[in-house]
Amino acid sequence: MKALKLHQELTAIWRNAPGWRGTLCSVNHSDIGKRFIVGAFAFFAIGGVLAMLIRAQLATPASAFVGPEVYNQLFTMHGSIMMFLFAIPMFEGLALYLLPKMLGARDMAYPRLSALGWWCYLFGGSILIVAMLAGVAPDAGWFLYPPLSGKQWTPGINSDVWLLGITFVEISAMCAAIEIAVSILRLRAPGMRIDRMPLFAWYLLATAAMMLFGFPPLILGSILLEIERAFGWPFYTPALGGSPLLWQHLFWLFGHPEVYIIFLPAAGAVSTILPVMARTRILAYGALVAAVMALAFLSFGLWVHHMFTTGIPHMALGFFSAASTLVAIPTAVQVFAWIGTLWSGRPQMKLPMLYLIGFFVVFVLGGLTGVMLAVVPFDQQAHDTAFVTAHLHYVLVGGFVFPMLAAAYYWLPHFTGRERVMQLGETAFWLIFVGFNLTFFMMHLTGLLGMPRRIDTYSDAMGWTWLNLLSSVGSFVMAFGFALFTIDVGLQIWLGRHHRRNPWHAGTLEWAMAIPAPAYNFASLPQVAGRDPLYDQPDLGVALARGEGWLGATRHGWRETLAVDMVTGEPDHIVILPGNSWLPIATAGVLAGFFLAMLAGLYWIAPLFLVGVGAIGWRWAWTNGAREDYGTLPAGQGVALPPSTEALGTTGWWGSVFALAASATLFASLLFGYAFLWTVAPDWPPPQLIARTVLEPSLALLGAVLAIVAVRRVGPDGRTALAVAAGGQIALILALVLLVVLRLPSPASHAYAATGAVVAAYAIFHATLAATMLAFARARIASGHIGGARLGELRIVRLWSDHAAGAGVVATLLLALPGWIA
Amino acid sequence: MIDPAGPHAAAVARLWWVMLGGSALLAALVFALLTVAMRRREAPDAHTPKARVWIVWLGLIMPSTVLAVLLGYALVLGGRILPTPAPDGVAIGVEARRYDWAFRHPGLGGTRNVLHMPANRPVDLRITSTDVIHSVWVPRLAGKMDAIPGHTNTLRLVASRPGTYRGECAEYCGPGHKDHGFTVVVHDARGWAAFTGAAR
Repeated sequence: MKALKLHQELTAIWRNAPGWRGTLCSVNHSDIGKRFIVGAFAFFAIGGVLAMLIRAQLATPASAFVGPEVYNQLFTMHGSIMMFLFAIPMFEGLALYLLPKMLGARDMAYPRLSALGWWCYLFGGSILIVAMLAGVAPDAGWFLYPPLSGKQWTPGINSDVWLLGITFVEISAMCAAIEIAVSILRLRAPGMRIDRMPLFAWYLLATAAMMLFGFPPLILGSILLEIERAFGWPFYTPALGGSPLLWQHLFWLFGHPEVYIIFLPAAGAVSTILPVMARTRILAYGALVAAVMALAFLSFGLWVHHMFTTGIPHMALGFFSAASTLVAIPTAVQVFAWIGTLWSGRPQMKLPMLYLIGFFVVFVLGGLTGVMLAVVPFDQQAHDTAFVTAHLHYVLVGGFVFPMLAAAYYWLPHFTGRERVMQLGETAFWLIFVGFNLTFFMMHLTGLLGMPRRIDTYSDAMGWTWLNLLSSVGSFVMAFGFALFTIDVGLQIWLGRHHRRNPWHAGTLEWAMAIPAPAYNFASLPQVAGRDPLYDQPDLGVALARGEGWLGATRHGWRETLAVDMVTGEPDHIVILPGNSWLPIATAGVLAGFFLAMLAGLYWIAPLFLVGVGAIGWRWAWTNGAREDYGTLPAGQGVALPPSTEALGTTGWWGSVFALAASATLFASLLFGYAFLWTVAPDWPPPQLIARTVLEPSLALLGAVLAIVAVRRVGPDGRTALAVAAGGQIALILALVLLVVLRLPSPASHAYAATGAVVAAYAIFHATLAATMLAFARARIASGHIGGARLGELRIVRLWSDHAAGAGVVATLLLALPGWIA
Repeated sequence: MIDPAGPHAAAVARLWWVMLGGSALLAALVFALLTVAMRRREAPDAHTPKARVWIVWLGLIMPSTVLAVLLGYALVLGGRILPTPAPDGVAIGVEARRYDWAFRHPGLGGTRNVLHMPANRPVDLRITSTDVIHSVWVPRLAGKMDAIPGHTNTLRLVASRPGTYRGECAEYCGPGHKDHGFTVVVHDARGWAAFTGAAR
C-alpha cells in the first residue's frame, strides 16, 4: 500500500500536464529523449530518400534525371542531414533517455535545457527541410567550402540556410553536451564511484567533452561566414587579407572530432549490449576507459588529414599523418576487448547481437581504409574520390547505424514495454547488411578507378558503369531493409505482448524499473556497490519500487534527485529540479525569429529577438531558487542533506564552468584564426590600418581590475560591490567600443579589421552578459532569493564576471598590440 | 590510380597493393577471432586468454608495430615525390577557374585545357585559382593538389612515356564541376622540342 501511495504521489509531481499544453511544456527526459530519437529517425528517412535520388541519378551514365543544380542540393543536404539532423540528435536522444536511468537518477541536470535543445533542433531542422522543398537548399557540399559558398558564387540564400539552420541546431548540441557532462559527473546513485560508472556513461562523458571543444570552432566558422555573406566583412577573401583555408581549419577542427562524437556513443552502446548478449561482464573495463579518453584526446590532433591536398608542408603532413594513424590503436584496444568479452562468455545470437556482428564486419573494414587514407601519398590519390565516400560510409554506418540498430532492438522493450512480434528484424538485417556492402564496396573500386565525388554524371567510356549500377541496386536493397525495420518496430509498438522486467538479464540500472518507464524512473534511488548493480542484487528493482532506497518520500511537491561527489559517489545534496515549463519552447520560438529574420535579410530587426531571448533568460533564471533556508532535509537511509539552494558546487555552477569552457574554446578558435591569417596572408596587418593608443587599454585594464576585485567582495548584502563590479564591466565595454570605432578601420575593408571587430564583439557580449548578471544578483538580493545559506548564485555570477573581465583584457591587448609593435 | 603511367603514381600504386594485402590479413585475423568467439560453447575456463593477451598484445603492440612500419614506408615515399630542385625540371603555371584551365608553358604562350609536358622529366605545376577552390588531378600520373585563390601550390608530375592522359578537377566547384576536365599531352624529347620550338 505504501508503495502504491508513493507511486501516486510521484506521478502527480512528475507527470506532464494533460493535452497539447502538456506536450509543449514537458521537460521530462524520457519524453525529450524519445522525441529526439523519433525526430532523428524521421530526418534519417528524409536523408535516405535523398540518397536514393542520388543513386538513381548515378545508376546510369549520362543520366539527366535531376540535373546538376538539384543534384548539388541533394548531396549537400544528404550529408548535412545525416551528420547534423540524424546522427548527433539520435545519440542525444539515446543519452537523454538512458543516462539518468543508468546512473540511478530521476532526470537530467537541466530538464528545461533538454526541452530547449529539442525545440531548437526541431525548428532549425525544419528550416532546412522547408528550404529544400522550396528549392533553395544549401548546394555547396556539406562542408561548404568558401569561396564557393560565399556571396559571389552562391548569391541566393542557399548557403545562409545551411549556416543559420545548422547553427540553430547546434544550440541543442551544446545544451546536450553541458547537461550530459554535468549529469554524469554529479547526478549518480550514491555509491556509484567514478570507477563503477557504466561504460556507457564513460563514453558519453568523453563525447560531451569533445562536443564542448569540437563544436565551438564550427559555430565560430559559421558565424564568420554568415557575417561575410551578410555584411561583406572579409574573413575568407584573399584579396582583402582573408584566406579560404581558415574555413577549412575551423571546419575540420570540428569535423574530425565530429566523427568520434558520433562513433563513441555507439561504441558505448556496443560495450553495454555486447557483454549482456555474451552472458558475461565486459573485459578490461579500465583499458576501455583509457582507450576512450585517448581517442577523445587524439581526435583533436588530426583535423589536417582532411587537408592533405591543400599544399601543407611535408613535415606537417608527416606529423598529422602519424597522429591520424595513432587513433587506430585505442580503436584496436576496444575491438579486441569486445572480442575477448565474447570469447570469455557464452554468446547468444539474439537480434541485437546480429546487428553487432554487422557492426564488427563493416566497422573493421572502414577502420582499415581509414588507416590507408591517413597515409599521405595514398590520400593524395584517393582524396575527393568515391573511395573516400566508401570509407566514410563504412565508418559511419558501421560505427553508428549498425550499433544504433542493435541498440534499438535492445532498448525498445524499455520504451514500449512490449516484445517483438515476428522475425522481421532478421530479414531487415540481411537486407541492410547485403545492400550496404553492395553499395559501398563498389565505391572503393570506382574511386580507385578515378571517379571523383560530387559529379552528377559520367560518360560510359570511363568504365564505371557497371559498378555504379550495382551500387545503386545495393542502395535500394538497403532502403527496403530500413523500411522493413520501421515496420517491425511499428508492429512491436502496436501488437507486441507486454514484456517482463529486465528481459535481457542485464546488469545496468535502467532495467531496475517497470517498463515502460514511469515519469520519475525510480520510486527511490539505489545504493550502488559495484559496476553491475542488478547482477549483485537481482531484486533491486522491487526494493526500490517499495521506496526502500534514497529519497523514498515526497515533500513540497518537489522534483528531487541526488547529487553525489564526482569521484567517490558519496551523497552531497538534494537537487530540486524545475517542473514543466513554457520557457523552453518560448525561447526556441524567439530564437527561431532571430534566425528567420537573418535569413530574410532583416538585419536591423534580428537583434530585437536576441533582446527577447535575454528577457526570457532573466525570467528563466528568476524561477529558480528559494526565499528561505530549509537546512538539511532527510534524504533516506538516516542521512540528512541540504537542498541545492543551500549547497556549494551545485549543478548550476558546474554547468556554468562547462558553458564557459565552450565559450572560451570559441574565443581561442577566433584567436587562432587571427594568428592564422597573420601568418598566411602577406602584409598582415597592413601598417596603414594600425593606430597606436594607450587610452583604451588603460580604461579596459582599470575596468577589469575593478570587476575582478569587487566581485570578490560581494556578500549577501554587498550591493555596492555589485555596482562597482558592474561599473568595471561597463568600462570594459566602453574601452572596446572606442577601440573599434576610433582605432580600427571599417571591418568591411580588410580581414584584420573584420577579425578585430569580432574579437571585440565577443568581449563586449560577455561583458554585457556579466553586467546583466550582476544586476540580476542585485535584484535577487533585494527579493530575498540570495541570503542566508543561499549563496550559490553569487558564485555563478562571479565565474561569468571573471571570464568577461579576462576576455576583455585579452581582446583589448590584441587590438592594441599591432600598434605598439609596428 | 591502379594503372599508373609514371614513377610516382607507380610507387603509390605499389603502396596501395601493400596496404591492401596487410589490411586483408588483419581483417581475416579479426573475423577469424570473432567467428571462433561466437562459436565457443563451453564455459569460461583456464584456456580462455587473459585480458593481457587481448589488450596488450592484440590491442596495443600489434597495431603499433604495423603502423610504425607503414608510417616509415609512407614518409620515405612521400619525401621522394616532393618537388625537389631538379636540373632538367620544367615549371608550368596552372590557373584554374570555373570552368576551364589556363596553362602557361615556359617561354611560350598559354594553352587552355591542354597541358603539354615532356616525358621522363620532372614537371612542377604552380597551381592557383582565380575564383573558387579547384583541384588538379591526373589520376595516372600523381596525386592531387588544390588550386586555392590567394595561394600557389606546387605539384610534381613525372610521366614515364609519351601519350595522352585525362586530367580533372577533384574539388567540387559548382554546377559545372563534372565537366571541368583537361587533357595532358606527354611528348617524347623530340616532340617536346618541336612543341617548344614551334611555339617560339
